[in-house]
Amino acid sequence: MLSAQQLESYITQNLACDYIKVLGDDGTHFEAVIVSHAFIGKTMVQQHQLVYAALGDRMRAEIHALSMRTYTPETWKKLNNKN
Amino acid sequence: MDVQAVIREQVTANPIVLYMKGTPKFPQCGFSNLASQILKACDVDYLAVDVLADQAIREGIKVYANWPTIPQLYVKGEFVGGSDIMRAMYESGELQTLLDTAK
Repeated sequence: MLSAQQLESYITQNLACDYIKVLGDDGTHFEAVIVSHAFIGKTMVQQHQLVYAALGDRMRAEIHALSMRTYTPETWKKLNNKN
Repeated sequence: MDVQAVIREQVTANPIVLYMKGTPKFPQCGFSNLASQILKACDVDYLAVDVLADQAIREGIKVYANWPTIPQLYVKGEFVGGSDIMRAMYESGELQTLLDTAK
């Protein structure tokens, strides 16, 4: 069964992340928060596409549902200052 | 007509199109349900395409926008995003603004 930790490592193998947290313990449904410099200047669609690209075929084969929130280091910092 | 051309026709002939699993009344997946609930809250008419009813569309739509998951929202022929992006844009008010331009 795919674990959140494995999924986290699949993403970080192909995408440099400043911060990543993947949750989910049923093997198919996951939630991810991902912060990366690679997201700077990209639309939300492009940011999610980068994560999907990092997962490649695994996205079709192994992962049924991945909900994600993506942030640049700057938006992530702002968000954390607010809370 | 190949499936990419069929999709292009669907998203350009209709101002708002949601590709989903199931129908707005009977969604077959939590993410598709969320997407249709958001559009309902925005009070807009849209074409819902049930990808479970058409295997060619189900696979073709993933290629069309280089997006491996469903649901997918299109406004005026442009790919807007999946349910995560729809939710974020709904919460910021951006989605309503965009949808209003397509009414």
